[in-house]
Amino acid sequence: MTADSKTQGPVLRLDGITKRFGALVANDAISVSLAPGEVIALLGENGAGKTTLMNILFGHYTADEGTVEVFGQTLPQGNPRAALAAGVGMVHQHFTLADNLSVLENVVLGTQPLWGARLDMAGARAKLVGLAQEFGLAVNPDARLGSLSVGERQRVEILKALYRDARILILDEPTAVLTPQQADALFAALRKMVAQGLSIIFISHKLHEVMAIASRVVVLRHGKMVGEVAIADTDPRALAEMMVGSAITPPELRAATPGPALLELREVMTQDRGTVRGLRGVDLALRAGTITGLAGVSGNGQAALADLIAGLERPSGGEMRVAGAAPANWSVAQALGAGIARIPEDRHKTGTIADFTLTENAILERYRDAPFARRGWLDWRAARDFAQSVIRAYDVRCPGPETRIRLLSGGNMQKLILGRVMEVSPQIILANQPVRGLDIGAITFVQNQLLAARDRGAAVLLISEDLDEILTLSDQIHVMSEGRLSPAFARGTMSAADLGRWMAGEGFERGRDAA
Amino acid sequence: MGEILEIFLSASFWAAVIRIASPLIFATMGELICERAGVLNLGIEGIMVVGAFAGWMTVYSGGGLWTGVMVAMFAGMLFGLLHGTLTVPFGLSQHVVGLGITLLATASAYFAYRLALPRVTTPPRIEAFQPLPIPILSDIPLIGHALFTQTPLTYLAFVLVGVVSFVLFRTPLGLALRAAGENPAAVAAQGLSVTALRMGAVMVGSGLMAVGGAFLTMSAFNSFFFEMVNGRGWICIALVVFGAWMPGKALLGAVLFGMFDALQIRLQQTSIGADVPYQLFLMMPFVLSILALVIMSRRASVPAALMVPFNKGER
Repeated sequence: MTADSKTQGPVLRLDGITKRFGALVANDAISVSLAPGEVIALLGENGAGKTTLMNILFGHYTADEGTVEVFGQTLPQGNPRAALAAGVGMVHQHFTLADNLSVLENVVLGTQPLWGARLDMAGARAKLVGLAQEFGLAVNPDARLGSLSVGERQRVEILKALYRDARILILDEPTAVLTPQQADALFAALRKMVAQGLSIIFISHKLHEVMAIASRVVVLRHGKMVGEVAIADTDPRALAEMMVGSAITPPELRAATPGPALLELREVMTQDRGTVRGLRGVDLALRAGTITGLAGVSGNGQAALADLIAGLERPSGGEMRVAGAAPANWSVAQALGAGIARIPEDRHKTGTIADFTLTENAILERYRDAPFARRGWLDWRAARDFAQSVIRAYDVRCPGPETRIRLLSGGNMQKLILGRVMEVSPQIILANQPVRGLDIGAITFVQNQLLAARDRGAAVLLISEDLDEILTLSDQIHVMSEGRLSPAFARGTMSAADLGRWMAGEGFERGRDAA
Repeated sequence: MGEILEIFLSASFWAAVIRIASPLIFATMGELICERAGVLNLGIEGIMVVGAFAGWMTVYSGGGLWTGVMVAMFAGMLFGLLHGTLTVPFGLSQHVVGLGITLLATASAYFAYRLALPRVTTPPRIEAFQPLPIPILSDIPLIGHALFTQTPLTYLAFVLVGVVSFVLFRTPLGLALRAAGENPAAVAAQGLSVTALRMGAVMVGSGLMAVGGAFLTMSAFNSFFFEMVNGRGWICIALVVFGAWMPGKALLGAVLFGMFDALQIRLQQTSIGADVPYQLFLMMPFVLSILALVIMSRRASVPAALMVPFNKGER
């Protein structure tokens, strides 16, 4: 059947798709076609219009202009049912699964007539088990979804599409939550599907993955299609420049000059808090003048470590020393007093207050101190001057200091946070996912600022899920897995694959025995 | 002690337990359906008042008993439509809308009552549902009289629990409803309408709440008077939590509450009742319910998207 379909035309043709949200043109006359058994990558920065385009294809949005053709038939717009029936399956970046239902229930949802007298679970189970075997996507059909790991949930999300006999699979940033090894397993499954004649659209901004899986790349920038190249004719650097629209200057690296340890943890434990996994005996030293990278799949204790250093959590065991002394009642106020600056993981939830102005957000951490407070009264003039200076020095693009911060882009919001913490010349910088969701220009800016702080003598802890970022910036690297911390690895001694094995939990027992 | 044992051994006690539980079962199933689909319906108390009034008024003006039940259900569904419209497509706060519906529905029922009967001081009685003994089964000692000499509405309440349970867990519609309460995005991704599912659940649920209210006027008190629902709606909200959103367990909770309530009435007439202020007895079912709630609901898994509005365009 593969040979048959190869002789036919494209399985999917997007023709002149245009979508406007008010004044913003999210997709500007984009045309893409997909051949049977082909994998194309849709590449672009956040906000380039990748997800909008796929949501139009899948029927979540209606295009203002243009048509979608699947297997030669024009697809009615704004109708996910029609897309599903035509054989389009979407693996969403944020899984569309329900935690309290079983794997089987999640897969069956919506596949049987709504007013049917009875669910056919036996037939569904047989089909699911068959598919799982065929593509090497093992899952237990009766497991409650909430008990599965992220990798397993993704398998369910893919199986859901296959169960509906999808012939065209759209994967939206599928590797964002996976270790390198899990990503390899995913790619192996995708290759099996392609061998069966399925066509795949792979949305990503990770260049090496695009190079590894796709045969053709479509690059979007600011809603426009700026390039379409065969993988054989390009390389990651050229793709990156196409994506950004200008030459990329990687951050400048100078040799580190390590100083004394500013923060030390010995055998530190913390309590589990709801979904936040606690620490299980962590040894860590943050030295002046160095960047310490912390790799790991999210949810393995990074949040607990960040909370501990930020003063939101206290150790339940072990020893913590800040600037050589063990703090008595560790708190946020003490952490700020000790010169610990925080770039929080979620700038919307914990970094800023959306409906406050830039001025108010700029003094959020220090509003009780001079010069912002005088005899218990706020000095708005001083606050505004401070906000103004941050806006200027950190190139925060905004109408002015009185703008509500919710109107800023992620990159500009992050620059304000960066300026807020850097302006006080912090001793220790806790940078938790500092570049997540930023475009490449903003990423370079933030990374250069962290390097500058390091060269000034600050100790930086960089928590990131992006191994390339960790490997590029860190003078020493730790890996976290299930609340445990690996030994420190010096720059240049580890590859991404080595880190991936530690992220999957390998090596920790040995490390413990050796210690 | 002997007196208490005597209470537990009397058939009339168990018959009262089931009678008290019946309206709670209807309304609890209604609330459970709403919450499973992700909508907390705090309009329940008022919708029960409307059901009680609509059912009674229909019969009082010459309609048949079953017509009364249908009219009550329809009136409940109308308020469900209002509640659903405000909370589902408009995504307004379910707390505020629910309390508003309770106030509106209660006041509307009282207002309509005064319009219909401007100068009446003693609420007129109607010819209500009569007990329908089921042959053979009702002859079983103790249990037979309690379970099988009830009005048709009571039998219907028990059948309803099985129906709700079957629909929720054995049909495609039930799976879609539960998914709408767990993760509406999953429902939308399968091309189903979250809005339609939630609106439907709220309307059907509200209809059942109204039937629960109608039970009071048409099968228990045979008349309509102010304050007659008396917090039963709030109890049903607690019963849903007590039952961990499972119809069977919620039924158990309703029967348990009926037992506490029937017990306190009888305890007031014993020698203990002579020494203890009767208000303490009135309090008992509620205190025991809270205790049971605390013990039972610790491991309950709340529908993950309960009270979370869903907007299709948002992500």
